[in-house]
Amino acid sequence: MARIVLNGNLKRFSGDRNEFDFDVKNVRQLIARLGERYPELAPHLEEGIAVAIDGEIFQDALFADIGPDSEVHIIPKIAGG
Amino acid sequence: MNDNKDNRSGSEGKMHKWVGTRQLRPDGVDKVTGRANFGADMHVANMLIGKVLRSPHPHARIVSMDLSKAAALPGVKAVINKDDIRDLPSEMVPAGEMMVNYRDITRNVMAREKALYEGHAVAAVAAVSESVARKALSLIEVEYEVLPHVIDVLDAMKPDAPLLHEHLITEGVDPAPDKPSNVAKRVEFSKGDVEAGFAEADVIVEREFTTKPVHQGYIEPHACLANVSRDGKADLFCTTQGHFIVRGHCAKLLGMDVSKLRVTASEIGGGFGGKTVVYLEPLALALSRKAGRPVKMVMTREEVFRATGPTSGAHMRIKIGATRDGRITAADALLHYQAGAFPGSPVQPGCMCVFAPYDVDNVRSVGYDVVTNRPKVAAYRAPGAPIAEFGAECVVDELAKKLGMDAIELRLKNAAREGTQTVYGPKLGPVGLIETLEAAKNHDHYASPLGRNQGRGVASGFWFNIGGETCATLNLGEDGTAQLVVGTPDIGGSRASLCQMAAEELGIELDKIHPVIGDTASLGYTFLTGGSRTTFASGMAIVEAARDVIDKMRERVAKLWDIPVDAVVWEDGHARPASSNAGAFEPMSVAEIAAMANKTGGPLVGQAAINAQGAGPSFGTHIVDVEVDRETGHVTILRYTAVQDAGKAVHPGYVEGQMQGGAVQGIGWALNEEYIYGEDGRLQNPGFLDYRIPVCSDVPMIDTVIVEVPNPSHRYGVRGVGETPIVPPMAAIANAIEQATGIRFNELPMSPPKVLAAIDAASTAVADAAE
Amino acid sequence: MSKSHVLTTINGDSVEFLCEPQQTLLDVLRDELRLTGSKEGCASGDCGACSVMLDGRLVCACLVLAVEADGSRVETIEGMANGEELHPLQQKFLEHAALQCGVCTPGFLVAAKALLDIDPDPTETQVRYWLAGNLCRCTGYDKIVRAVLDAAAEMRAS
Repeated sequence: MARIVLNGNLKRFSGDRNEFDFDVKNVRQLIARLGERYPELAPHLEEGIAVAIDGEIFQDALFADIGPDSEVHIIPKIAGG
Repeated sequence: MNDNKDNRSGSEGKMHKWVGTRQLRPDGVDKVTGRANFGADMHVANMLIGKVLRSPHPHARIVSMDLSKAAALPGVKAVINKDDIRDLPSEMVPAGEMMVNYRDITRNVMAREKALYEGHAVAAVAAVSESVARKALSLIEVEYEVLPHVIDVLDAMKPDAPLLHEHLITEGVDPAPDKPSNVAKRVEFSKGDVEAGFAEADVIVEREFTTKPVHQGYIEPHACLANVSRDGKADLFCTTQGHFIVRGHCAKLLGMDVSKLRVTASEIGGGFGGKTVVYLEPLALALSRKAGRPVKMVMTREEVFRATGPTSGAHMRIKIGATRDGRITAADALLHYQAGAFPGSPVQPGCMCVFAPYDVDNVRSVGYDVVTNRPKVAAYRAPGAPIAEFGAECVVDELAKKLGMDAIELRLKNAAREGTQTVYGPKLGPVGLIETLEAAKNHDHYASPLGRNQGRGVASGFWFNIGGETCATLNLGEDGTAQLVVGTPDIGGSRASLCQMAAEELGIELDKIHPVIGDTASLGYTFLTGGSRTTFASGMAIVEAARDVIDKMRERVAKLWDIPVDAVVWEDGHARPASSNAGAFEPMSVAEIAAMANKTGGPLVGQAAINAQGAGPSFGTHIVDVEVDRETGHVTILRYTAVQDAGKAVHPGYVEGQMQGGAVQGIGWALNEEYIYGEDGRLQNPGFLDYRIPVCSDVPMIDTVIVEVPNPSHRYGVRGVGETPIVPPMAAIANAIEQATGIRFNELPMSPPKVLAAIDAASTAVADAAE
Repeated sequence: MSKSHVLTTINGDSVEFLCEPQQTLLDVLRDELRLTGSKEGCASGDCGACSVMLDGRLVCACLVLAVEADGSRVETIEGMANGEELHPLQQKFLEHAALQCGVCTPGFLVAAKALLDIDPDPTETQVRYWLAGNLCRCTGYDKIVRAVLDAAAEMRAS
């Protein structure tokens, strides 16, 4: 099961937990699973987030693979100037 | 200057012919002869000149507006206000540095209910000449109900502060406040337990810092030329970091299909993040649509200062604790950033970056995004990070002094490295901070002697860098030369690096590849030039496009030789048989294959359309020597060395250029630049005379050292480099001034009057103490 | 309002134009004559992006009224190269990567040439002070100064 960690302000929508173990194959499944469990979190997962899978940051990558032993962090989207 | 003598990269460690060398940029001759077209350089037949009417008040309700006299003036062909731009509901989209809200973008471009800053656009006209347009503006009658205004971030947070937005309830706070305020958002990141960490510490330093808004300072003002046809399709020529972004925003604001709006990016005279948003473009399109003629709009320098986004000013509190042996046990930051008239300061990335150079178990950063009656902030080079890391790097310096440790040694002892967990969650991949610290420590600059009133300061810096949607096309001509079409406007010479990578991949001579920045109709969606992504992401797309066309060429040759395609390899710009078993065929060059393209299957085109992931962060460490004139408060930069991890410097000259340019912007931020507002909320220094950016005689040579810790995600190991260089300078300079004078400055800029006042106060204190 | 008639020489060519009294030389170069190599960065003489030579003297074209060019000799960036042969300053700017966005480059080249015309062997400090009226936001000036010094050396040698 992949370890999923919510960071920053997202933690506020998941009650007292911010770490989960989910069996998901990609980012899209992860977003769906988290959104189902915490409906208040769902709209915040649509835009404005990035996902770090085993340290590598993915932005706008619904089909990025999540492996069975992956550590996944959901973080704010990063931009630049 | 430090060229990587071992010019290799990638897992095969192959030596490079073009990547890593200093070629002349392909657009260079046009730029040194004045032939290159920037945003204001276009003229078309039947063109009108557009001008904007701007609010003279920092905060006012717009009660009524009478455009009739302006519209009736001979030579005026269109007048617009908010009724000509769509009112959009709340919708968050990525833009520049953070998510922005279309409800706010439409209002920033053209005021609706209120004018929220001096300079806010309230109406616009298009006329046959600039003088008629100016006359028309003076005939527009606006009735304002002037409201009290608020300029400073802490003032805006007070309970009795004038309220900018009646609907603004602070996000990120539980329970949500029941009343609106000027605090748009609270963000928090944490790791471990800071209270426990501070309890462990032997030495704690806690300081408050204030920084002022500073403008990106691009020498070219915003400019565009819009041409809307009678059936609603449009051409837009504009200076921008992201023409696809402009297309998206304008289509939304004007209610157009994106495919009907063709945006061409002009050459761009500087952006640094400030040209990732729209100001004039939707207005020019609306005017052109109304007038039925092309409309050109160019901002004056005064408009650039009064009406376009600087970066935030801030108030911060930074606290760091360490054990006596120099191990940092806790770090805590409280950041208040002002966003200007609409929410969206870069306080969140500030919170994420503030302690990024350190591997600390217990970290917390809390940030507030606060609106004020000033222009809406826009991205400025590593948005959010320079401000926060200024405070952190000053506190680290003070901590080093209290511990009796060398400033670089303290950083080395706690340096972030591969595997360090960031405060925003993920662990870092391979990174080069330690390499930059070692290079700084071993540089002769660090050992050189200092004289009276001179001091040396060090600081490190970090930026994440991004990838993003990027397309590239390689069109092979019938003569074997290649047209490379990319979608990232060239702000700093990236065309050189991109062509070098293309030539390396194809194996052909560099002068056989010619780059073009394609317009929005000629290439797939490509995210803006920014986030230090161009060499990384366009490079990645070019590698893929090159491999695509190479595969196609191999297929053609396989057919010509009548052997399987697997038996054809590509080497040094030629298709060759994989082994003698495949047959004794003479290798075929790109030119030879291209000459037969039409007969062997058609045109040879390599394409890539990717969402580049795997951008690697870039760390930097800067050393600066200053001399402080105790009579005038003037700080002279004596010597400056910038060290940075580039992953792989595709064109070392342009990497050095990014480091030098960012360092000098940082010098300006540290020593001179600030917006000066009067009590009336009006900007008093909207020009380059009094908004003082560094000039040639203000700075010495900026020495650079490029270290290369390759980014494993990129074919050539590239990391973005453009933004990190602006992060260290302010703290490095403050640390140097402290060493020179014994005075710790917690406020930027450290301009002569402030330095002098502090020196005088310190002497008085000493004199008083001596009595 | 009636326009003024101006007869002048630009980059060696005889040129005539009509202009309004308040139009600057920069306005006319760019908008009437379509010589857009000189740039407007500030219109107040602070940035030097509009540097041109007027009767052999370095000026900001935004601070010169167009009517003042009557009977005068104007030299702009467009006249610096000799056909396909770049001026050594132009060549050195390219070799040293002394431009990034390039918008300040025409002004720097005209100003640097004005310096080398009167002092072929300036020190680094002299170069920096001469060019203090030309703002650059991209390069930090390092490579610009190196390019000017290198061009000066090459011009002295030939």
